Amino acid sequence: MGAKVNAAAAGTANWVDDRTSIGGFVKFFSRKLFPDHWSFMLGEIALYSFLVLVLTGIFLTAFFVPSMDQVTYEGTFETMHGVVMSKAFESTLVTSFQVPGGMLIRQMHHWSALLFTAAIVTHMARVFFTGAFRKPREINWLIGFTLMIMSLAAGFTGYSLPDDVLSGNGLRIIDGVTKSIPIVGTYISYWLFGGEFPGEALIPRMFTAHILLVPGIILALIGVHLFLVFLHKHTQYPGGGRKNTNVVGLPLFPVYTAKAGGFFFVVFGIVALVAGLFTINPVWNYGPYDPSPVSAGTQPDWYILFIDGALRMMPGWIAGHPTEWVIAGYTLSWNILIPAVILPGIFFTFLALYPWIEAWATGDRGERHVLDRPRNVPVRTGIGVALISFYVILVIEGSNDIIANLFHLSLNDITKVTRIGIFALPIISFLITRRICFGLQRKDRELVLHGHETGRIVRHEHGEYIEVHEPLSDQEVWLRVSYDDLAPLEIADEFNARGVRRKGYGWDRFKQRLSRFYYEQRIQPVSPAEYAEAQHHAHH
Amino acid sequence: MSTEEKQHTNSQQHADGQWVDPGLPPHRPRRADVDPKAAKRAERQVAALFGLSILGTIATLTVYFVQDQTEEVASIRLVNILLGISLCFAMLGIGLGAIHWARTLMRDHEMVEERHALRTSDENREIAVQYLKDGAEDSGLTTSRRTLLKGSLITAVALAPLAILVPQIGNMGGDWNVSKLRHTMWAKGTKLARDPDGTPIKAADVTIGSVFHVIPEGLNDLEHGKLEEKAKAVVLLIRMDPRDLNIQPGREDWSFDGIVAYSKICTHVGCPVALYEQQTHHLLCPCHQSTFDVANGAKVIFGPAKRPLPQLPIAVDDEGYIIAQSDFHEPVGPSYWDRLKGTSPSPSASQEADA
Repeated sequence: MGAKVNAAAAGTANWVDDRTSIGGFVKFFSRKLFPDHWSFMLGEIALYSFLVLVLTGIFLTAFFVPSMDQVTYEGTFETMHGVVMSKAFESTLVTSFQVPGGMLIRQMHHWSALLFTAAIVTHMARVFFTGAFRKPREINWLIGFTLMIMSLAAGFTGYSLPDDVLSGNGLRIIDGVTKSIPIVGTYISYWLFGGEFPGEALIPRMFTAHILLVPGIILALIGVHLFLVFLHKHTQYPGGGRKNTNVVGLPLFPVYTAKAGGFFFVVFGIVALVAGLFTINPVWNYGPYDPSPVSAGTQPDWYILFIDGALRMMPGWIAGHPTEWVIAGYTLSWNILIPAVILPGIFFTFLALYPWIEAWATGDRGERHVLDRPRNVPVRTGIGVALISFYVILVIEGSNDIIANLFHLSLNDITKVTRIGIFALPIISFLITRRICFGLQRKDRELVLHGHETGRIVRHEHGEYIEVHEPLSDQEVWLRVSYDDLAPLEIADEFNARGVRRKGYGWDRFKQRLSRFYYEQRIQPVSPAEYAEAQHHAHH
Repeated sequence: MSTEEKQHTNSQQHADGQWVDPGLPPHRPRRADVDPKAAKRAERQVAALFGLSILGTIATLTVYFVQDQTEEVASIRLVNILLGISLCFAMLGIGLGAIHWARTLMRDHEMVEERHALRTSDENREIAVQYLKDGAEDSGLTTSRRTLLKGSLITAVALAPLAILVPQIGNMGGDWNVSKLRHTMWAKGTKLARDPDGTPIKAADVTIGSVFHVIPEGLNDLEHGKLEEKAKAVVLLIRMDPRDLNIQPGREDWSFDGIVAYSKICTHVGCPVALYEQQTHHLLCPCHQSTFDVANGAKVIFGPAKRPLPQLPIAVDDEGYIIAQSDFHEPVGPSYWDRLKGTSPSPSASQEADA
């Protein structure tokens, strides 16, 4: 029996390989090594929640009607009887209430969308804090960044499809933001909505974007993203035997086939459980879109919250001066442009370019495949935490009405506090984080030089009490001393021997300043000499 | 890998004043590696997890076939919960089983693979560059005489997308008539009607402190563009004690005995400004919390909006119904680049109560 199966398998393999040379691929992929760490699963969660999105999305397209034609609801959900609504909203109700299991699939789709964006952002944070974006992975960082933007686009277009009153107000905001763009804004709004807001074109257009354009781009980019992961081979955390020239781990087949493959089912299962137990986006409670009603506590999905927070935070008047200007009869709305266009623009541009910004400060030091412990690059870690605090302040302001309600605070006070916090908190968090990193680095030095505290107090014959310290193992020492000790860049002089100003000096000077900001203040790892001396002391 | 003991021979760590990589830590055997009983137990656990998945699939199908979903929200919720839980078991069983298998039974000796520099070898680079040069030579592109060829190709390729993009983009904006943003359905004599049923409002119905959500009479009868008109025309009708109301200069006859009508569309980004606080006479937009003071010409007192809400001039007709005197005197809703340009409903459009 076994022999027969083997012979059949060999025959099939031979048949396929004769026609595709698949043997080469199998050779390349099957025993590819991947290092093991929990934080490498974050990207996997993003990938698997995307697969869940595709699977559940296919189910939903069978029932959703992307049309803004108005109908009167006659379905089974009594509260909505006789209400005029778009076919999009009606078909959402039908999917939820008349298709058995439809509710679950809708909820799974929405929950996995939230998970998808969250996993991407967390994965991105992991890559940032461990320096996994360094050479040669800058391109893959950009691809990942684009995937993040695409996930926001996928999320927002999907969120708006049911044409309920909540998402409709979200679109109204998009319309308002678009119109604020100088010169062309009004026309972009017309282009988007097919005329005046809300029009009848938007839902069908967003449907196409949501089920074809955006997921198509995401799928293609995921392909390139993973291709590059294989090409570069995965990064690894520092430790004995792990170098920039090797990769230490377990093979794709069978270990990661089982672990990663199994993890897909875990993500799927947990999304199903959450969707079964917790209601998400109950559009049947909100009602169909109507430009007139709106309720308090109108929040978008979490990933858009930061832009909403920025819009809330920006005042229309600052100390008696308007932030909307009229110049020669033309209206320029800084109160909308700054929070909704310029600020996300700068934020995202900085994120996208970060690998290059750090490379300017570092200089090209070759391929880096061993990850940084965040403490060992205090400025980067500080910048990361500052970005997060900036983001969190915006999210808090985006939920200020809910916070005010929960904690019985004044809505206006929260807004005033966040207006200051948006400037102060990132700086404070940068300084504190950098300080903590230095502290952790000093702690590492301390540990290497003096060993672990054992808690055992010993009295010497001459009456002196000492605590016994146990030296660190080879592995423990190596982890703490093997990081790159980067010094600020040295640059060539401004003038050459004949007193002629060197071309490109200004740019070099900028890089040097940046480099000093990054590496001027630093804690060096314990040197072998220091270590030998400490050992010498310990023995006396 | 040898199974050398973890040791503290630290002297080997710094040959020649350099730290020396101690190499991979020794493999730590797991329970199942050394104890056949533990291995057997792990095998049974994995099988049990796969079994759980099978039960989950059967449960999901059972729920699907026996469910009797009715209109009742409670029954839908029950079906949703049961399907969710059983589907969770169907998936989680496979996932956890596979992971448990990998973690307990599959060989976990770490292996090492060398990386190769990503850079192509110099030799290959040279060959690649040579190939490109050869190709360029073959095509004749490098000959200086061929500038006409190059120029026309680049121009043609640069222009060709316009043939597709211009009609595509051109069609998407509908009629491109952006001046529609300056007009609403309101006109002289249009009755103010209740939202959503469309019944006209008498001045006598509007008691002090009350607020009405208003649409123009006839909006509900529109065949086309009902939502577009509604998105511009919705109005809040509020009656205040006339003593509390500071009538704005130039608008002395726009209100009636403490009754004022303001556009409901926020001048920030266009949400409906739906929350009225009776004691303070403040209108609050729930989207971004722009706050307007109805007692003072709906001036902005907090939040991101800059302009006051546009006021609709109203009067009362012979039968006692509230009617509009005209359209709004300025475009309603969010700001846009040329909102103060072009023909607005009235010459007094640019009069803004910025104060």
